[in-house]
Amino acid sequence: MASAREMRLRIRSVKNISQVTRALEAVSAAKVRKAVQAVTATRAYATKAWQVLTHVAAQPGRESLHPLLMARPNPKSALVIVLTGDRGLAGAYNTNVIRYVSQKFERYRLPVRYIAVGRKGRDLLIRRRKQVIADFSNLPAAPSFSDVSAIGRLAVDEFLKGQADEVYLIYTDFINMARQVATMKKLLPLEVKGGEGLVEDFGAAKNGPAAAYEYEPDQREILDVIIPKFTALQVYQAVLESLASEHAARMVAMHAATDNAKELAGAYQLQYNKMRQQTITNDILDIVGGAEALAAK
Amino acid sequence: MTIRCEIVSQDRTVFQGDVDVVVLPGADGEMGILPHHAPVLTTLKYGVIKVRRGGKEELFAVSGGVAEVQPQIVTVLADAAENVEEIDVARAEAARKHAQEILAKGLPVDSDAYLAMEAALRRSNLRIEVARRYRKSTTPFTEHPEQ
Repeated sequence: MASAREMRLRIRSVKNISQVTRALEAVSAAKVRKAVQAVTATRAYATKAWQVLTHVAAQPGRESLHPLLMARPNPKSALVIVLTGDRGLAGAYNTNVIRYVSQKFERYRLPVRYIAVGRKGRDLLIRRRKQVIADFSNLPAAPSFSDVSAIGRLAVDEFLKGQADEVYLIYTDFINMARQVATMKKLLPLEVKGGEGLVEDFGAAKNGPAAAYEYEPDQREILDVIIPKFTALQVYQAVLESLASEHAARMVAMHAATDNAKELAGAYQLQYNKMRQQTITNDILDIVGGAEALAAK
Repeated sequence: MTIRCEIVSQDRTVFQGDVDVVVLPGADGEMGILPHHAPVLTTLKYGVIKVRRGGKEELFAVSGGVAEVQPQIVTVLADAAENVEEIDVARAEAARKHAQEILAKGLPVDSDAYLAMEAALRRSNLRIEVARRYRKSTTPFTEHPEQ
C-alpha cells in the first residue's frame, strides 16, 4: 500500500500528463483542420487528373503509347512506397500501415523493395529486415507539391530503368475524423480501370470513351509531360491524405489518453481520500482510547 | 448547345459551368473549342483561356498545364490559373520583384530552386501582363463553385 505522500505525487503526475495530452489533442485538432483543407483543395485536381489518365490509358493500342503504361509480361520485382508519420503518439496509425503492408506483401510472388516516407515506417520496415532503398523523412508540416515530387520521380526512374516492374503506393485514406483506412494503389504501370483487382479506386473515374485522341503537339511529347507529373500528383495526394489521417488519429488517441488520465486521477483521488479518512479515524480512536484510559483512573 | 468547361488548378476549382465556346492557349496556337469537338489532349502555354456564354466572356490567366477535350466536356488541368478579375496586381508585382532579386543572385541554373523561381517569375509576368491587357474589358458572368 502506497503512503499518502506517494499517492499525492501520483495524482499530481497523472494530472500533469492529462494536461500534456490535452494540449497535444488541441494542437492536432488545429492541424487536422488545415490538413483536411489541403486535401479537399487538391482533390478536385487529383480526381480530374486521374480521370484524364484513365482516359489516356483506355486508348486503343495503349501498350505502345508510353512505357509507363505498359504492363511488363514477366515482372521480376516490385517497389512499394509506404507512407507513415515521422512521430508516434498517434494510436495505431503507423502500425496499421505496416500491418497492411505485411498483409499485402509478406508472401508476395515477387521480391519487394520499399521506399519509406516517414521515420516510423522506415524504422518498422528496417526492423522487419525489409529492403528499404530510399527514405523520405522529415517532410515539412504542410508539404508543397515540389517537396513531394521527388518521391514520384524516383518511382518513375526505378520503373523506367527496369529495377521495378510494378510500383505500389500504400497510404492512409482520410475518410472522416473517426475513420482512416490503410489503402493500396497501383502507381505503375498505370491501370486502365480503378477499383480492379488489388487496387482500390481513387476517385470517381468512369470508363473513358474509346475514341482516339488527337494530340498536340504530339502524342509522345505530351504523354512524357503528363504521365510522370500525374504520377507525382497521385503521390502528393496520398501524402496529404496520410497527413490528415495522422493528425486525426493523433487527436483521437490524445483525447482517449486525456479521458483515461482523468479517470485514473479520479480513482487515485478516491483511494487517497479513503486513506486520509482512515488515518483520521485511527487518530480519533487513539485519542478517545487515551481519554477513556485517563478517565478510568 | 453548350459544352461543359471545368478549370482546376492544383489547389482549387477555378471555374466550372456550361458554356458556348472555350478558347485555349494550346501548345500549337490558340484553339477554339465548340460543343462536339473531337477528343484532343494538349499541353497549354502560358496565356489566357477565354470562356464565352451568351455574349458574355470570362478570362482566366493560366500558367501552363494540360487540357483534355471531350465532345461534352473540356477539362483544364492548370499548373496555376485564376480569373483575370481576381488577379492581385500588387502581389504579382511584389512576387516578380522577389523572383528577379533571387535570380539575380545567381543560383546554379538547373537546380530545382532556380527552375521554381523562374517559373514564379513567368507566372508573375503573365499575371501582370494579362491584368493590364484584359481587366474590365468584359462583363463577367458568375458561376463559381461555392468556395
